Amino acid sequence: MSRWTPIEIHAPADLAADETFDLKGEVCPYTFVKSKLMLEMMESGQILQVIVDNDESATNVPKSLTNEGNTVLGNERINDTDWMITVQKK
Amino acid sequence: MLGFTNDQIYRYSRHIILPDVGGSGQKKLLKARVLLVGAGGLGSPTAMYLAAAGVGTLGIVEFDTVDLSNLQRQLLHHTRDVGRLKIDSAADTINALNPDVTVVKHQVVLDSTNIMEIIKDYDIIVNGTDNFPTRYLVNDACVFAKKPLVDGSIFMFEGQATVFDAAHDGPCYRCLFPTPPPPGEVPSCQEAGVLGVLPGIIGSIQAIEVMKLILGKGDSLKGRLLLFDALAMEFREMQVQKDPNCPVCGEHPTIHELIDYEQFCGVPFPENPAQAALKHQERELVPA
Repeated sequence: MSRWTPIEIHAPADLAADETFDLKGEVCPYTFVKSKLMLEMMESGQILQVIVDNDESATNVPKSLTNEGNTVLGNERINDTDWMITVQKK
Repeated sequence: MLGFTNDQIYRYSRHIILPDVGGSGQKKLLKARVLLVGAGGLGSPTAMYLAAAGVGTLGIVEFDTVDLSNLQRQLLHHTRDVGRLKIDSAADTINALNPDVTVVKHQVVLDSTNIMEIIKDYDIIVNGTDNFPTRYLVNDACVFAKKPLVDGSIFMFEGQATVFDAAHDGPCYRCLFPTPPPPGEVPSCQEAGVLGVLPGIIGSIQAIEVMKLILGKGDSLKGRLLLFDALAMEFREMQVQKDPNCPVCGEHPTIHELIDYEQFCGVPFPENPAQAALKHQERELVPA
């Protein structure tokens, strides 16, 4: 069993993302670093969806985004490997 | 697409992760222009950490060549560099460390005729000089040009660091020491020796202060003199007030032009920095 256990959060169904960012192939901490950089280019209140393909990122990225004051609205498994993280910029 | 190359995102990731830096702070570092006076003991760690941090433009003022006796503490230079110009050796080391950094070489002896022209293009000046005339010259020039000066000095086992910023209510070097001591009164590093690691500590503190000024984060050493004693392994701190009677940055300055003092080597208050500071405080108590 993986040492990483992402917590699944279901995002509201009618959510419209302002930006989406495919981070498949990236690992920690770069999944967070790139998510953070993307959020820096967005406006407060806007919504970003990022896709990661490993459990470590799906565990850590939502935590790190929350620690920086953003609101994680969703963290959903979309297939065997990939997760979609939905975050609203603080 | 994120305002950085992919390599830059990886290179600076540990900065970008920091809440007080982030991508915006890293961009400030990449745009910053810092002038290092000297590429010796203090200038080496300062230059290398600022280069590693991605400070975009590093100017270096240095006229000397690398001597074998420098290598005990001056990490910019290597054994193969002995005999080369320090400025060339420094630029090679910095470029090998981080190609994002543009090194501007100022291969001159600083004096009253050239310093204003050199410092005008930089945001922050870092003092890594080993002699009094240059220390006073750089201080006065920074007061006139309204530039922050990140100061450091070392002697045997002791070092000091502070930030002078007379343009923003801070003291300057002359608030502490209005005039240079007479030549010959203080021994030089050549005569007295210096622990090789010591400039590594003080120069690294200077690098941190530079980064904080660029980022606009934290409390700088402005108005505080940090004293380090390697033998006691002790840091102390003294408040340094802006002197209203300072000859260069006070309310009625008497120095209006740069001065070229006679060249001699040494450091300001090696034997007892606390006593020197007390003298300074006593001056303040004298009624005007």
